[in-house]
Amino acid sequence: MSTKDNELLKELTLEEYKYGFTTDIEMDIAPIGLTEDTVRMISAKKNEPEWLLEWRLKALRHFLQMDMPTWQNFDHPAVSFQDISYYAAPKAKPKLNSLDEVDPELLSTFAKLGIPLDEQKVLAGVVAVDAVFDSVSVKTTFREKLKEQGVIFCSFGEAVQEHPELVKQYLGSVVPQTDNIYAALNSAVFSDGSFVYIPKGVRCPMELSTYFRINAENTGQFERTLIIADEGAYVSYLEGCTAPMRDENQLHAAVVELIALKDAEIKYSTVQNWYPGDKDGKGGIYNFVTKRGICKGDNSKISWTQVETGSAITWKYPGVILKGDNSVGEFYSVALTRNRQVADTGTKMIHLGKNTKSKIISKGISAGHSHNSYRGLVKIAAGAENSRNFTQCDSLLIGDRCGAHTFPYIENRNKSAKLEHEATTSKIGEDQLFYLTQRGIDPEKAVGLIVNGYAKEVLNQLPMEFAVEAQKLLAISLEGSVG
Amino acid sequence: MLSIKKLHAEVEGKEILKGLDLEINAGEVHAIMGPNGSGKSTLGNVLAGRESYEVTEGEVLLDGRDLLELSPEDRAREGVFLAFQYPVEIPGVSNINFLKTAINEIREYKGLPPVEARDFLNMVKEKQKLVEFEAKLANRSLNEGFSGGEKKRNEIFQLAMLQPKLAILDETDSGLDIDALRIVARGVNQLRSKDNAFIVITHYQRLLEYIVPDFVHVLYNGRIVRSGTKELALELEEKGYDWIKETAGAENAI
Ligand SMILES: Nc1ncnc2c1ncn2[C@@H]1O[C@H](COP(=O)(O)OP(=O)(O)OP(=O)(O)O)[C@@H](O)[C@H]1O
Ligand SMILES: [Mg+2]
Repeated sequence: MSTKDNELLKELTLEEYKYGFTTDIEMDIAPIGLTEDTVRMISAKKNEPEWLLEWRLKALRHFLQMDMPTWQNFDHPAVSFQDISYYAAPKAKPKLNSLDEVDPELLSTFAKLGIPLDEQKVLAGVVAVDAVFDSVSVKTTFREKLKEQGVIFCSFGEAVQEHPELVKQYLGSVVPQTDNIYAALNSAVFSDGSFVYIPKGVRCPMELSTYFRINAENTGQFERTLIIADEGAYVSYLEGCTAPMRDENQLHAAVVELIALKDAEIKYSTVQNWYPGDKDGKGGIYNFVTKRGICKGDNSKISWTQVETGSAITWKYPGVILKGDNSVGEFYSVALTRNRQVADTGTKMIHLGKNTKSKIISKGISAGHSHNSYRGLVKIAAGAENSRNFTQCDSLLIGDRCGAHTFPYIENRNKSAKLEHEATTSKIGEDQLFYLTQRGIDPEKAVGLIVNGYAKEVLNQLPMEFAVEAQKLLAISLEGSVG
Repeated sequence: MLSIKKLHAEVEGKEILKGLDLEINAGEVHAIMGPNGSGKSTLGNVLAGRESYEVTEGEVLLDGRDLLELSPEDRAREGVFLAFQYPVEIPGVSNINFLKTAINEIREYKGLPPVEARDFLNMVKEKQKLVEFEAKLANRSLNEGFSGGEKKRNEIFQLAMLQPKLAILDETDSGLDIDALRIVARGVNQLRSKDNAFIVITHYQRLLEYIVPDFVHVLYNGRIVRSGTKELALELEEKGYDWIKETAGAENAI
């Protein structure tokens, strides 16, 4: 590598995370540690019914008996579960009815992050937002407007109070408490998150969006999202996230469950930009989340799109259980890692119904000393006649100190199934960069163009308003990464 | 406009250009011919500032300004354009988007505001016509899946859009069918003006029937060993390079 490339690479590593500020606000933080009392305290704070407390306690007992996973191809970080606080909430009025009651410090935090909580100012009502700050939801916009169509969009806590029957029916129905150690932990201590219900035959009139912000020190964020699309319903949902720069690692262990009934469609998009740690790998978020959807009814569809640029370590495999006949599961992913980041991500497509289809498009981009893996499972059950899967895993390397790996797992029990797998690995070529700079384009912009071109198929899946943001994010995250 | 003096350049430690001199004035077209491997593309790459080519000696001035000091992007912004012998494919990057970015970067360098969307589109239409470049190609990803000839035509389309001061065409004629050759030549002729200059690298005298050069140079073994007018190209076509090699060899021996 030439000296100029090295200089640019150095610049890249010094590029600052621009969402790294902290908010100074009075917080209500639970004492550090995890016991039954912690779980009881969280449940009490949220004024939960008995059945939910019991559900949490059961999860805690599972958690305490489970071992850390050992299958990963990188050093597992030591997470000391007893050194974390499991609840942190801004000290505020118990219930917020209007924007005036939201702490101005919080409003300015979200404004700084570019998240509008003021309905008047939001672009003509295209997006409704639920803002989650540490452990609680601070504000959900456009609720009234959505209510007119019967759409429920609120914080998880509120759903427990106002729609307990729906929560009870679906909570844990896609991701069981025992699924993995972090799902068990989340089930025990989850604090808040978003809840969505789209009634029969309703096409949700706007994009729904949740914005997660970790602020407090030594806390974990354990949010729970539950989205139910009733028969023939459609919803497009987006989540975004950031966190302050801190030297300690912080744990984020979320669970997301999607349920699509007959003829329903759920499109779930993520732009993940948690603090990735500094250039030496100090600090950053451990992003260990479990996301899964079930196409429960016939002809239903679930589509995951993710743009992952943040976190020190990311483990996530948003999957779809294709139970209904003719149901469709999709996974579109761009994962960008640099410095010492690790991303191990992919999907699980479980084909149970007949004529089920799944499509997996994964685009990894690795720079610096980072490691980027695709890990995916395609499982065809015996009864899944005429199932189809198409998988494409591409890796793009920037520089020569990073790693890209692909771990495709296939379990096929039905002879009529058709599975296709394609994989490529490429480097940003010196010839491509020279071509663009020879036309007057700045080298950093040139890398941005090449990377966005490479990721285009996935970015195209994002709702318009967010595709632009995601493109900028990819370009910014790669500033200086010419090699 | 362009003044090259005693230029020495090497690739991976191997000296390719060995004291090359060339003077080009505004309004002129210079053809460069020479056997395979003599250093023609190297010259183009060195002028455009490709990193793997190291200048070890000599001087290159563009309108009196030291070109060798500038980064590739700044050379482009100063008006140096290289039509590549082998244009690369850049998947997913739209041709039009790329051109708009390039034009705006050049404009920014010159202290101009970004190009107006309408002006840009009009210009695209006009230049597409000039080089008969199909609109659907302009909207596709940059060179991705283009045929050899389409790639070459795209280079000339970009040339027309960017309107550089000094354009270097590296074997733009190779891979073009006869009609495309005429179209490309016509485009270049229309872009010729008293303010710009062209270096046309080619193996074939035929291109020079369409783009009539003011001077023809023979590059051999890293140096210009003979210069003349367009008749020199005819002579080369007739006699091949052997007689040049012999005389060049004799000169070297002296
Ligand atoms: N990147 C490179 N690495 C190693 N050698 C190179 C490189 N680029 C050029 N060369 C060598 O330099 C010499 C001149 O190459 P150049 O491409 O300039 O020739 P040319 O005159 O353009 O030939 P042609 O007519 O075949 O296009 C050749 O011997 C070639 O192998
Ligand atoms: Mg050549």
